[in-house]
Amino acid sequence: MILSEASVKLMAEKAEQYPRRKSAILPALTIAYRQVGYLDDAVYKEISRAIKVPYVEIAEAATFYTMFPKKPVGKYLIQVCHNISCALMGADSLIEYLEEKLGIEKGETTPDKLFTLISVECLGSCATAPMMQINQDFYENLTPEKVDQILDELRAKA
Amino acid sequence: MSFYSPVRTNAAEAASDEKLHLFTYVEDPEQHTVKRYEEHGGYTAWKKVLADMKPEEVIEKVKNSGLRGRGGAGFPTGVKWGFVPKDSPKPRYLCCNADESEPGTCKDRVLMERDPHGVIEGMAIGSYAIGCHLMFIYIRGEFGHCIDRMEQARKEAYEAGHLGKNIYGSGYDLDLIIHTGGGAYICGEETALLNSLEGEKGLSRIRPPFPAVEGLYASPTIVNNVESLAAVPHIINRGAEWYKKLGTEKSAGTKIFSLSGHVKQPGNYEVELGFSLKKLIYDEHYGGGILGDKKLKGVIPGGASTPFLTPDMIDIGLDYESLVEQSSMLGSGAIIVFHEDTCIVWVILKLIHFFRHESCGKCTPCREGTGWLEQIIRRIEAGEGRKGDLETIEDLCGNILGRTICPLGDAAVMPIQSALRLYREEWEYHIENKKCQVKSHYPFK
Repeated sequence: MILSEASVKLMAEKAEQYPRRKSAILPALTIAYRQVGYLDDAVYKEISRAIKVPYVEIAEAATFYTMFPKKPVGKYLIQVCHNISCALMGADSLIEYLEEKLGIEKGETTPDKLFTLISVECLGSCATAPMMQINQDFYENLTPEKVDQILDELRAKA
Repeated sequence: MSFYSPVRTNAAEAASDEKLHLFTYVEDPEQHTVKRYEEHGGYTAWKKVLADMKPEEVIEKVKNSGLRGRGGAGFPTGVKWGFVPKDSPKPRYLCCNADESEPGTCKDRVLMERDPHGVIEGMAIGSYAIGCHLMFIYIRGEFGHCIDRMEQARKEAYEAGHLGKNIYGSGYDLDLIIHTGGGAYICGEETALLNSLEGEKGLSRIRPPFPAVEGLYASPTIVNNVESLAAVPHIINRGAEWYKKLGTEKSAGTKIFSLSGHVKQPGNYEVELGFSLKKLIYDEHYGGGILGDKKLKGVIPGGASTPFLTPDMIDIGLDYESLVEQSSMLGSGAIIVFHEDTCIVWVILKLIHFFRHESCGKCTPCREGTGWLEQIIRRIEAGEGRKGDLETIEDLCGNILGRTICPLGDAAVMPIQSALRLYREEWEYHIENKKCQVKSHYPFK
């Protein structure tokens, strides 16, 4: 089992709330993503059993939504917003800085499997730009010093 | 005091100005709890509605207030509620659209994080008005903190008896489901939102039938933006007349503007509709002027899908009509400012890349057209523009505009068309000289 008992329980409860169980697909994908960090066929199959919705319907929905990585990523998934408000505040430089700090290109994972770096569309933190999301957390009003500190803390925690 | 998001707000002003109401308590770190919300007069409107008002009276009041949709379209909220057929035997649903993802927009996030019960109370009143007993809030999946906050608020609202069975002994039942999205911009479009809520891919639906007649699970459904619903309890408490007097004659009320880009003090500011755009950008209480005291080059007034304004066009009121007069739109109230060191082709490239990525792929003009547009614009930006490119872009835009099921296609081309109209020389310079007139490269500090 990839999904924890707690996740399965949460999904099952969610499915009970809706008039139609199929509606629980996205919340279930989110629960799985928050626990596992990515989604794949094996995860879809477990979700299917948890919310009693056919596997194919889960896979179909999941592949449409870009928020969920479809293969394993580093322990920390760094998503930098590259959209206009962040770009005006230096998002491109932020990405370059992270590439240099981590020694990887955008889209890659560090050899120690700790960090994956990608850039994404607007995350709704436009007035606190530039920003990045690491796993579930938002880091806003970023400066090089803040980025150094965040990476150090995450490395220390890992 | 610490909040999840460090975003700047004008809560201090809102607390001392009785006209402002959405931001009055957003700097109170306990406002998200049901206890503090009640202490601040929360849920009195919901009680009043259930005790003294008929659904049609609620609709009438919201109609008379002049409240218009704050998500972008600006459609009168009360009129929308009135579209739900009275005689339908099917259940009715209310969906709060919290899939905030129009680039530049970061206002609903603040309301959900810091005043979630205000959103729930507005949803409850809207639900009662249309005869709904099960309401949804569709929150974009990346807003993990908002999802957690709303789940907590939901739990507290049930425990305090504001939701559930036989609320306040009125005999009215109302349930709330917190739904989470998967990061698709298209799901902020109401019919795509409904498909997504049903567990399908987020593709938009052909209208008619409109959701008010046939929406979620083919039943009458109303979709309203977070900010629109958050205004409703205040309208009930203080009256339609009070609300109607705020703002301008045709654009009543207040609006939260998300100010971002090259300003000294980006933030979310609640002001009356009709407030001066120039003042919002330059006044020390709001934007505080342009970063580095540089010259303003342009403004995107209502989110990434609205046509640009040049500096000579910003001496206007921020209301639905004034923006239309400038051939633009108020949209979601996301004001993106850029100064003189910004290449217009680069700005447009960022925007078209977004729309190509977010096109759901259902309509050919949008699916294919946004891709072509991005390719051409990327080529121009890289210094490989060719004679005739601008005409090709215009032709493509003309073939997308008005030819798609949902407004995403229009949203993608309107800023491009305006940028070609307003900054044509710069595009021509870019193509002729194979480089930017000014290079957009900003450090982050």
